Amino acid sequence: MLLEVKHLTTEFHLKKGVVNAVDDVSFSVDKGEILAIVGESGSGKSVTSLSIMGLISPPGRIAKGEILFKGNDLTRLPLHELQKIRGDQISMIFQEPMTSLNPVQRIRDQIMESIMTHMKLTKEEALRRTVEMLDLVGIPSPEARANDYPHQMSGGMRQRVMIAMALSCRPELLIADEPTTALDVTIQAQILELLYSLREKLNMAVLLITHDLGVVAEAADRVVVMYCGKILEEADVKTLFTSPMHPYTVGLLESIPRLDDERERLSMIRGMVPNPLHMPPGCAFSDRCDRCMEKCRKHMPALVPVNGSKVRCFLYSEEVEEDRHE
Amino acid sequence: MNEPLVQIKNLKKYFTVRTDFFGRPTSVLKAVDDVSFEIRRGEAFGLVGESGCGKTTIGKMLVNLYRPTSGTILFDGRDLTAMDEEERRKCCRDIQLIFQDPYASLNPRMTIGDIIAEPIRINHLLPSSEVEGRVNYLLGCVGLANHLRNRYPHEFSGGQRQRVGIARALAVQPKLIVCDEPVSALDVSIQAQVLNLLHDLKDEFGLTYLFIAHGLNVVKHISDRVGVMYLGKLMEIASKRELYEKPLNPYTQALLSAIPVTDVTRKKERIILKGDVPSPIDPGEGCRFASRCFKVFEGCDRICPPLRDVGNGHLVACRLYDTLVGSADSDSVSQ
Amino acid sequence: MEDKPFDTSAAAAAEPLEKPESQIREMWDALKSNKGALVGLGIILFLIFVAVFGHWLMPYDPNLSDMGASFLPPGPEHWFGTDQLGRDIFSRIIYGTHISLTVGLSAVAISLTAGIILGAVAGYRGGKTDTVIMRFMDMMLAIPSILLAIAFMAALGKGLDKAVIAIGLVSIPEYARIVRGCILSVKENDYVQAARVVGNRDGRIIFKHIMPNILSSIVVRATLGISTAVLDTSALGFLGLGVQPPYAEWGDMLGRARGFIFSAPYTLIFPGIAITITVLAFNLLGDGLRDALDPKSRQL
Repeated sequence: MLLEVKHLTTEFHLKKGVVNAVDDVSFSVDKGEILAIVGESGSGKSVTSLSIMGLISPPGRIAKGEILFKGNDLTRLPLHELQKIRGDQISMIFQEPMTSLNPVQRIRDQIMESIMTHMKLTKEEALRRTVEMLDLVGIPSPEARANDYPHQMSGGMRQRVMIAMALSCRPELLIADEPTTALDVTIQAQILELLYSLREKLNMAVLLITHDLGVVAEAADRVVVMYCGKILEEADVKTLFTSPMHPYTVGLLESIPRLDDERERLSMIRGMVPNPLHMPPGCAFSDRCDRCMEKCRKHMPALVPVNGSKVRCFLYSEEVEEDRHE
Repeated sequence: MNEPLVQIKNLKKYFTVRTDFFGRPTSVLKAVDDVSFEIRRGEAFGLVGESGCGKTTIGKMLVNLYRPTSGTILFDGRDLTAMDEEERRKCCRDIQLIFQDPYASLNPRMTIGDIIAEPIRINHLLPSSEVEGRVNYLLGCVGLANHLRNRYPHEFSGGQRQRVGIARALAVQPKLIVCDEPVSALDVSIQAQVLNLLHDLKDEFGLTYLFIAHGLNVVKHISDRVGVMYLGKLMEIASKRELYEKPLNPYTQALLSAIPVTDVTRKKERIILKGDVPSPIDPGEGCRFASRCFKVFEGCDRICPPLRDVGNGHLVACRLYDTLVGSADSDSVSQ
Repeated sequence: MEDKPFDTSAAAAAEPLEKPESQIREMWDALKSNKGALVGLGIILFLIFVAVFGHWLMPYDPNLSDMGASFLPPGPEHWFGTDQLGRDIFSRIIYGTHISLTVGLSAVAISLTAGIILGAVAGYRGGKTDTVIMRFMDMMLAIPSILLAIAFMAALGKGLDKAVIAIGLVSIPEYARIVRGCILSVKENDYVQAARVVGNRDGRIIFKHIMPNILSSIVVRATLGISTAVLDTSALGFLGLGVQPPYAEWGDMLGRARGFIFSAPYTLIFPGIAITITVLAFNLLGDGLRDALDPKSRQL
């Protein structure tokens, strides 16, 4: 296993109370695998990725759990060792390619800087590698474009630059947080294609954070569905999309507007995500669930293996999650 | 066939990017460049395109937030572009707008009750004693409880705010509602709720929609006819069925193919476009899509094809179909 | 429409009708946690108290000269000593509080009113109107404010009321610029466009939809502006252009005592301290308000 997250709990101490943005989450990413974490706003998917990168700052903190990267617990590493891993073996790309690049530095200098801090290369070698990377992510005439400033590039190009920068040190794990959300549909298709092909070329693992099930279906190998800080279902892509188990996953899949159905009305999930400060005592989805039972409102079901997948729902197992902390 | 509620003819909106020393424009952004279409009474017309294609600009010209550079907008038979400001302000009351970003479109200092009541009060649509009842009714229509009336927008989720925005638009009893990407900022499970709500309200209030979106999948459920825009130009207009079943313009084909499908059992061949959307500043002479088109041929970069009817009310702007149209034209000449 | 997607009954049960928080209440809540601002507010309240009830607090008549008792050092008789004419400095400072606060507040009121109107018109209208107004403001800003105030005084004549007008006029550009900047940024918000779409007229959009949203920045600037106005008044007083004798004003007291800085330093020190404390108090409150009203620091 390249990355193993075990019982990760990240909490935020707000004036009005403590919110468990990520609540006892465990999953793992294998070498060369694309794992997608999918969820709506407030599901804790982004906080999970920030926790892995060690980018949680007060009022948030990692309260419990381990993040094992090649066997080393990242939550216990001193800052300077974490920094060595971050950007070198684990890289991250963000949703907003505009704000993630320094507007007053040339593309070339920004990529070279990250190469030179992590790899012992001379300036010429770093420059050659920069151009190589820009070429790899499909930027036309990379030598010339390397001299551009970020504002001279379009959104899609900037996201490519971000990917080039993230890949420049040959990371083994790339965390992509909503990499295509800010982009147009035709550009999104390009970037997904690129991520997919790079994975093959570089044998790199990708942790893809997204709210878009369409993106998941296109790119991922395995999927983790999160809701209100909890994993509700984990399965490989084919299983999840052909036979989803959890009512939330089913509802999500059905509420996506699809090209190939003729219904006038979309099916939908009623209600809305509960306030994180006033979580229902039982299953977080119980208020919105069409198949909610008596005990769903009282107890939190455990995440149990079913047919090679994992699901947290009383429809599939009677098991109740233990040691719920308040 | 229904009579049109809106007729847009040769509409243009240019923004001056740079001027020379004497204030004459030297660089022009052609946000909307010679666009004509009509919206029939009671239909939902979907307008689709990527960022910068001018779809929002058209919406804003309809609701009088922008003045067109040239061209006419006939609304209910009256020319909006020929009116004086006061007359247009009154006339445009019948056209309302639902915004994309539910977080920015509600005044943070007003309660949602006031937000919905304001259009009724300032336009003197009802005696003040009846305003409250009307607000309660509208809140009910969009699925919000009456007692939420005295809350401020920040206490609401994105989906609820969008409902408030819809209620505000309904308050003046408009004939046309411009929906500017009303669900793109919302969570997936909430998107379906809002789309269904808009669908229901259309029947209930006898509304006509101009539904603007960046992806073809969202428009599919709500629209009767769909127009596809690229860089300020309309590329194709057709009924929903026609457009999704046999898209003619290569851009429409690419746009359809770019939508990620959740059906993992059926891997489709997809068209991946090369390059980026070019800048709409000082576009060239030819077809706007020529630089990225996968069916581009000799002359596309010089000749800008007009939007032409290829039968069945299916309009397309592409030189691939010139022969088709050419023969139809010669037929009509010979008759 | 049976399957109303949003379950209203659940929300109704969970939270009863809530009274909305007023803006002032919101400010106060945020301000409470800022110690500096509370100290500033405390001092200002004390100064206001002194200004209002000063007549009962003064041990002597501030204008009564007693040549036999001139230059008495601070002591039990005269807490802050006496000046060159034998007037009690403590009483004169109390009297000066009244003048300084009145001048500060009225000068800010003048510049605020004019600044809001000019800034709002320039920012909302844009185009040529904006250019004309703002270029004029820039011209005023290019001249040092105290010099400009003196020029106004020269045109208007001496006297406290004239000083108020001069100081008020001089700081109009600052307010106009701030209001214009705020309006430019708020104007682009969707809710302002929404207000136009539903049929609002310009005046209502400015005062109902834009102003409440920029009020906080204006309040902060105005609070800081009072301290500037107090300083300017003192400066004009020091130059002998403000209050006319025998009335006591802090700057005027400094100006008249400057010859005795070595022989009787207390004649300068106490009015100086009074000016410093007042300016400091308004600055503390203004900074505190700015922090309290900054939405970024209020989020959690």
